Amino acid sequence: MNDLIKTFEERKSSKNKFKIQRTISKNSSVKMDVPKGLYEKCPKCKETVNMKATVENNFICRNCDEHFRVRAVDRIKITVDRGTFVEKGHGYITLNPLFQDGYEEKIASYKEKTNLDEAYIYGYAEINGMPTVIGVMDSYFLMGSMGSVVGEKVTKSYEYAIYKKLPIIIFTASGGARMQEGIFSLMQMAKTSAAVYRHAEQGLLYISVLTNPTTGGVTASFASLGDIILAEPNALIGFAGPRVIAQTINQKLPEGFQRAEFLEEKGFVDQVVHRDLMRDTLGKLLLFHRRYQ
Amino acid sequence: MDILAKERKVRELESKISELDSEDLIKKLKNEIKNYKEESMTNLSAWDRVLLARHQLRPTSLEFINYMCDDFIELHGDRLYRDDKSIIAGIGNISGNVVTIIAQQKGKNLEENLTRNFSMPHPEGYRKALRLMKQAEKFKRPIITLIDTPGAYPGLEAEERGQGEAIARNLLKMSALTVPVIAVIIGEGGSGGALALGVANTMLMLENSIYSILSPEGYATILWKDSSLAKEAAEVMKLTSFDLEEFGIINRIIKEPLGGAHFNKLETFENTKQAILEELHKLKRFTGIELRDKRIEKYRNFGFFQRFNYDNLKGVK
Repeated sequence: MNDLIKTFEERKSSKNKFKIQRTISKNSSVKMDVPKGLYEKCPKCKETVNMKATVENNFICRNCDEHFRVRAVDRIKITVDRGTFVEKGHGYITLNPLFQDGYEEKIASYKEKTNLDEAYIYGYAEINGMPTVIGVMDSYFLMGSMGSVVGEKVTKSYEYAIYKKLPIIIFTASGGARMQEGIFSLMQMAKTSAAVYRHAEQGLLYISVLTNPTTGGVTASFASLGDIILAEPNALIGFAGPRVIAQTINQKLPEGFQRAEFLEEKGFVDQVVHRDLMRDTLGKLLLFHRRYQ
Repeated sequence: MDILAKERKVRELESKISELDSEDLIKKLKNEIKNYKEESMTNLSAWDRVLLARHQLRPTSLEFINYMCDDFIELHGDRLYRDDKSIIAGIGNISGNVVTIIAQQKGKNLEENLTRNFSMPHPEGYRKALRLMKQAEKFKRPIITLIDTPGAYPGLEAEERGQGEAIARNLLKMSALTVPVIAVIIGEGGSGGALALGVANTMLMLENSIYSILSPEGYATILWKDSSLAKEAAEVMKLTSFDLEEFGIINRIIKEPLGGAHFNKLETFENTKQAILEELHKLKRFTGIELRDKRIEKYRNFGFFQRFNYDNLKGVK
């Protein structure tokens, strides 16, 4: 009996070792990103916080519970099971359809800064052992704005989910449509919405998670079309930006306007979920919608 | 000299006609006006077209509907909150074709504009459109939308009632409709507010209307931090009907009389009506599912990018 337990434990540890190795080999080039310095001022409570501790704490301020913005790669790390993420949809090249001055240089500099092709990555992953397609927007890449490539990749991620008969989870973080690509960006709204329809037609689950900030053309297309819409605490979510609204109505906006809790109150978000609980909530939801074939 | 100044000059010359009494002189002056118009009002710049699209006298949706339809019955309300006056919707009869018409309505003067909210719809307007689209689908009626808006209303209440969600629902439903959808841009097509009625099998556009992701003023503010550069922004934004036809976003341009639609409204209406009837006839050949798939396919292909082709690497080691 003791032998049996011993071999079992051995096997378990060797399996874990393998898993860890796999994770390291996959993500070795990507480090958890500690924004700027080691110590930084929290934008909400103005306390100086140790960023390293914050990163370990799921990018949440230990002092005031403020959820910091998270890069796409880090988001995947804190959300999915270790070593299960496989990125899809490589090799897209952003072009300059309206010949805007400096647009290509801008894209190139962001590519270098963020180590991403574009403001959106997607792929296969598992959450608490449940297989899913996951897509994440990166607000550090030109405010996560949706141009032709982002629109195409979002559409492709739905198509991949349809092909694999998998649910899809999308973390949105975007300033809206990309102005530099003009009308082409606008058309991405229709394109992604049609992709949501195609996915829904197959009876598959789509969970959209709204994170800080989700505004403009992304709110007005696939972000608002989830079967289940979750949001992170205190995330800015809306169609028009707060500055534009304040200008239009010519008065100061009330406290907490367009924040996640506000949207939950108004009935546009299913639940505001703390980042620590996000993974479990998603795992449970995926489990509820498991399909037996 | 921009188009408005040219127009003022034409109006000035026209007012002189009534002062003259000899027929010869009148004829001569009329000829002069015609020549001047032909000389100066062709090959307009993008900014001129922006000015024309926003022109105070430009025909509004209601005028189009009144001319095109033999009968029109307006239907009100979204059944959820209230009736949005900036969107007019109803059932009409265009030369024997019974269609659902959904249109954004601008006002002619300040008072009317206040009730119409400058043609900037609230969420309930889009939900009214959604309700009537579903109704049209139920009764297999084609849908005609007339687009003329600076954008969806960016206000406090609009946000509270889910402006983004309302637009997103429309985009989803419009791409899934199993009836012919024809969208006509008759003036300003501003951003998501226009797109929410503009997911169509066939996109038509009046010659001097515009369709863009945001206003030239907004574009100049966001990208160049100076709203006074709107004129320059209009030139680089590619928002005119000719640019959009080149991109394949617009299927057909409806010709306008020289100097803009308001110089000869009847001609504009007749051209629009003919174009709609022709396109409707073309779409009637397809079944509902075909229409839906073709529409989704069309929007699926919009985008301007390149993809690195891995197949080229297959032989390389």
